[in-house]
Amino acid sequence: MKSLTLKTVLASLAFAASGAAMAQNQLLNVSYDVAREFYKDYNAAFAAHYKKTTGKDVKIDQSHAGSSAQARAVNDGLDADVVTMNTTTDIEFLAGNGVVAKDWAKKFPHDASPTTSTMLFLVRNGNPKNIKDWDDLIKPGVQVVVVNPKTGGNGRYAYLAAWGAAREKGATDAQAAEFVGKLYKNVPVLGKGGRDATAIFLQRNIGDVLITFESEVISIDREFGKGKVQAVYPSSSIVAENPVAVVERTVAKKGTATLAKQYLDYLYSDEAQEIAAQHALRPRSEAVLKKHADTFKPLKQFTVAKYFGSLSEAQKVHFNDGGQFDKLYTPGK
Amino acid sequence: MPITPPPPRRGRGGAKRVLPGFGLTLGYTLFYLSIIVLIPLSALVFKTFTMTWPQFWEAVSAPRVMASYRLTFGASLIAALVNLVFGLLIAWVLVRYRFPGKKIVDALVDLPFALPTAVAGISLTALLAGNGWIGQYLEPLGIQLAFKPAGIVIALIFIGLPFVVRTVQPVLEDAEKELEEAATSLGATRLQIFFKVILPSITPALLTGFAMAFARAVGEYGSVIFIAGNMPMISEITPLIIIGKLEQYDYAGATAVAVVMLIISFALLLVINALQAWQRRHAGAPA
Repeated sequence: MKSLTLKTVLASLAFAASGAAMAQNQLLNVSYDVAREFYKDYNAAFAAHYKKTTGKDVKIDQSHAGSSAQARAVNDGLDADVVTMNTTTDIEFLAGNGVVAKDWAKKFPHDASPTTSTMLFLVRNGNPKNIKDWDDLIKPGVQVVVVNPKTGGNGRYAYLAAWGAAREKGATDAQAAEFVGKLYKNVPVLGKGGRDATAIFLQRNIGDVLITFESEVISIDREFGKGKVQAVYPSSSIVAENPVAVVERTVAKKGTATLAKQYLDYLYSDEAQEIAAQHALRPRSEAVLKKHADTFKPLKQFTVAKYFGSLSEAQKVHFNDGGQFDKLYTPGK
Repeated sequence: MPITPPPPRRGRGGAKRVLPGFGLTLGYTLFYLSIIVLIPLSALVFKTFTMTWPQFWEAVSAPRVMASYRLTFGASLIAALVNLVFGLLIAWVLVRYRFPGKKIVDALVDLPFALPTAVAGISLTALLAGNGWIGQYLEPLGIQLAFKPAGIVIALIFIGLPFVVRTVQPVLEDAEKELEEAATSLGATRLQIFFKVILPSITPALLTGFAMAFARAVGEYGSVIFIAGNMPMISEITPLIIIGKLEQYDYAGATAVAVVMLIISFALLLVINALQAWQRRHAGAPA
């Protein structure tokens, strides 16, 4: 009995040691829900590139769920080497708790966002309600499907895009607030997340227009074919950044700092930017963007920073409990 | 929650029990409950201690949160009541009648337990939405169930049904037919038999099933979220409020609301337990 346990202990120790040796070339990328397919392709490309340049194999593990839920999991101890999210607030939260570097946004080009997306409209085929721009969304009898800003980044961007678009046309903050209030009066159902809102609009046939990420619009087009819905490009929309960061806490423990950095750096390569474009994420590379001009139609865009300071500040003012969004729905305003 | 009545009381201490080992078993019970239930729950309570009283109060009494309590507890109560009536009906049919396919029907009752709740929610939404199998006939009549509070009640009825059926079934099976026959020979009508003979003997089990269906409904998230519509002040359930607070990284606020939910649920379950005890004393349930 005793010798057996000793053997087990020794064996598990040896196993752990080999695991540690292997961990050198193993990364865990914790990411958001709909990036699964993109990272599957990117990981294969990166592994091939890594093999070619270093001669070593690398294994990338993926984990996908709601962006904020993933950030909480990493914060609570999930050993991710890198985080790739769809809202900067999720990485800000990790930075605030010392899990990623305080200056994470400066560690990689373009505010550490190798790709972006924007908010577009999706309307029924033939555009029966003739929806062309933001102002058409507040007309009586138009039903708008969006994600609840309380439960999804997609919904937060839709709200900020509507607000910013009003400001782009010269409205004051007070007028923008009024506009956004009218828009949400036309919302019959708030989706829980991006995919939920898509299902409500497409499969349940609710609403005349869906506001969602461009990446979602393009994938719907591919999935459901032309002839059911069509994309509408408003006069202006927001830049939605997809930020990435190295999880310092994990790479310090596992000794994967260099590999993690290489993994994120390669997202900016032409090859990776091309893969991103194929997955409907706007590439930062001008050349790749031009090549896919028919997919990513030019559109006047404004950044979050232009009207809201930062996503974290927008969160405080608009989305936290008792903020601007709550005021739209609570009586006695 | 006890279904069978406790043994007759014999005053405190020194009472002769039939079986030894009461101290040990009670100790073990408390220990096990602590590990499984109390310690995780106390962690929840401790998390809220990071807030001051005013912060706590603000978090749990905001208008949106208050509206969600009303919806969650109201819808759960309605759903549990519906399950009480129809669950009893199903249990009755399964116990008292023989028909082809009975085994299959019996197995069907447990399906809501086995199905991932999200699947249940999505299927119900697909059925009841304006373009769904059932919804398409209701919509022209002006009846909208999906994305309305009514849809929440339907989802909660779905997940709560097995609790009532499964708690009442064994008690009905054990009920003595002779009692009913005796009542008939004494000239009781069928209604009298049901209310004076059958109902008193199954009431404790019914209440237990009701309490379980209710408690389960209060905490339900997955099946409701797809059918609710999630409109602030109208169709946001309390678990969604908690998720929303977590999305803002407001851990303390989320646990504060959860603690309030727990307190309300616990109070209601205590009331139901007290009802059971009262019923037992008054109805003189068969020992």
